[in-house]
Amino acid sequence: MPEQTPSPIAARAVQALRASTWPLLVACALLALWQGWTQWAEVPSYLVPSPLEVGRTLVADWPLLAPALMVTLKITVLSLACATALGVLVAIAFVQSRWIEAAFFPYAVLLQVTPIVSIAPLIIIWVKDPTASLVVCATLVALFPIISNTTLGLRAVHPGLAAYFQLQGASRWQTLWRLRVPSALPYFMAGLRISGGLSLIGAVVAEFVAGTGGTGAGLAYQILQSGYQLNIPRLFAALALISVTGIAIFLSLAAVSRALLGGWHESEAAPRC
Amino acid sequence: MLAIDGASLTYPNGTEALRPVHLQVAQGEFVSLLGPSGCGKSTLLKLMAGLLRPTQGQLQRPGLSADTTGELAFVFQEPTLMPWADVQTNVRLPLDLAGMARHEALPRVHDALARVGLADFAAHRPAELSGGMQMRVSIARALVTRPKLLLMDEPFGALDDITRHRLDEELLTLARAQGLSVVFVTHSISEAVYLSDRVVVMAARPGRVTHVQTLAQQWPRDADVRTSAEFNAQVRALQAHLQRAFDDTHA
Repeated sequence: MPEQTPSPIAARAVQALRASTWPLLVACALLALWQGWTQWAEVPSYLVPSPLEVGRTLVADWPLLAPALMVTLKITVLSLACATALGVLVAIAFVQSRWIEAAFFPYAVLLQVTPIVSIAPLIIIWVKDPTASLVVCATLVALFPIISNTTLGLRAVHPGLAAYFQLQGASRWQTLWRLRVPSALPYFMAGLRISGGLSLIGAVVAEFVAGTGGTGAGLAYQILQSGYQLNIPRLFAALALISVTGIAIFLSLAAVSRALLGGWHESEAAPRC
Repeated sequence: MLAIDGASLTYPNGTEALRPVHLQVAQGEFVSLLGPSGCGKSTLLKLMAGLLRPTQGQLQRPGLSADTTGELAFVFQEPTLMPWADVQTNVRLPLDLAGMARHEALPRVHDALARVGLADFAAHRPAELSGGMQMRVSIARALVTRPKLLLMDEPFGALDDITRHRLDEELLTLARAQGLSVVFVTHSISEAVYLSDRVVVMAARPGRVTHVQTLAQQWPRDADVRTSAEFNAQVRALQAHLQRAFDDTHA
């Protein structure tokens, strides 16, 4: 009897399941060890709460944590979007002339190496709107990988193709749009994956510095408050939400990368089975 | 189609890249440039393409209009395709760059793909094709502008012999059918003899033309020609000239 070939979507689902089996097993084992250790050693929950207790707190405090998660998520997504738009524009400006790049690249580096906690207070004073000030901080954290990777990618054009475009009398704009931008896509995606994580870190750090409370309170504020109140299970619950958010950002950017580069770039070539 | 009257190229530092060349290429003629590395074959081809300007002498393209884009096509040693775009988009590129409307461009693209035998592969990406097929796409991209003069810089140099012979045959058929003038750079003597009306032998340091051989074989040529006595005599004659060019280089 002939074997039925599974549909591509089913095949991909099976593959994803297979790929995530081991990490999930490790997670289960670690959680079990953690649970066992806290029970066996009778660790007080104000030091290290058990995973079950963290889970219970997550459910119980959900009305408090969910809005905080939405705030942090909003700042992360907005800052990643700003960093992407700004980073790509700066990179395009850089490749227009070596002169522009030489003049301005050091300032991009300066922004990257200046710790955000040291300039966040200034930004918070200058930018009145609390959300906007946090977005500015997180954008600054996430910006550099996009600038540097995209610039590199826009320059990393196949010399033969560049010669072909020249021979065909392609305009600067045509060369940018039809040759440089697609060539830069793999580099840009690599930068975006780094910046995805950085924008979350930037958002959390900025919240810490700003200490915004009330309706604009994000997960970082919940962590600070929980720390002051020694509500360690809630602190862990907020921490878990931040981690899950980070993983979700990583996975969704990986999916975007696969969708954009899947058919042609080596980095997303189909894995051999 | 192409008249080179004493064109030479000397680099600003005084290095003679190419001594004055006198060469005419007629409409529908197939001319090969044969010679060792550094003999100025590619330089001469770039002069013909207008990518370089001669330091002295003249180079005219009486068969072409002033704006040569489209009438003159260049095929590189590598396929130089856009890996992110499918075959059809790759072949359409020169028309897109020239600003041709899509409904006008698509029939031409299908026509060019059919000519190189890739009509069924329009939606494939280059990575899904073999080296020989990628080269065919590159040739289709050159044909899509309906050029009168085709300049090819060792286009099949990186391919295996069987693929190379097949593409030689296909190229010959195409060039004959469309009355294309072709200037073809190659390392291979037998490829030059198989394809050409005339073979230009060049020597290096400084790059110069040492011999022009007109080939007497009759058309149409097919694969059997390669084993004929006349073919081998031509190959041997060219080999002797090429050997002399090599010896001159190393003297």
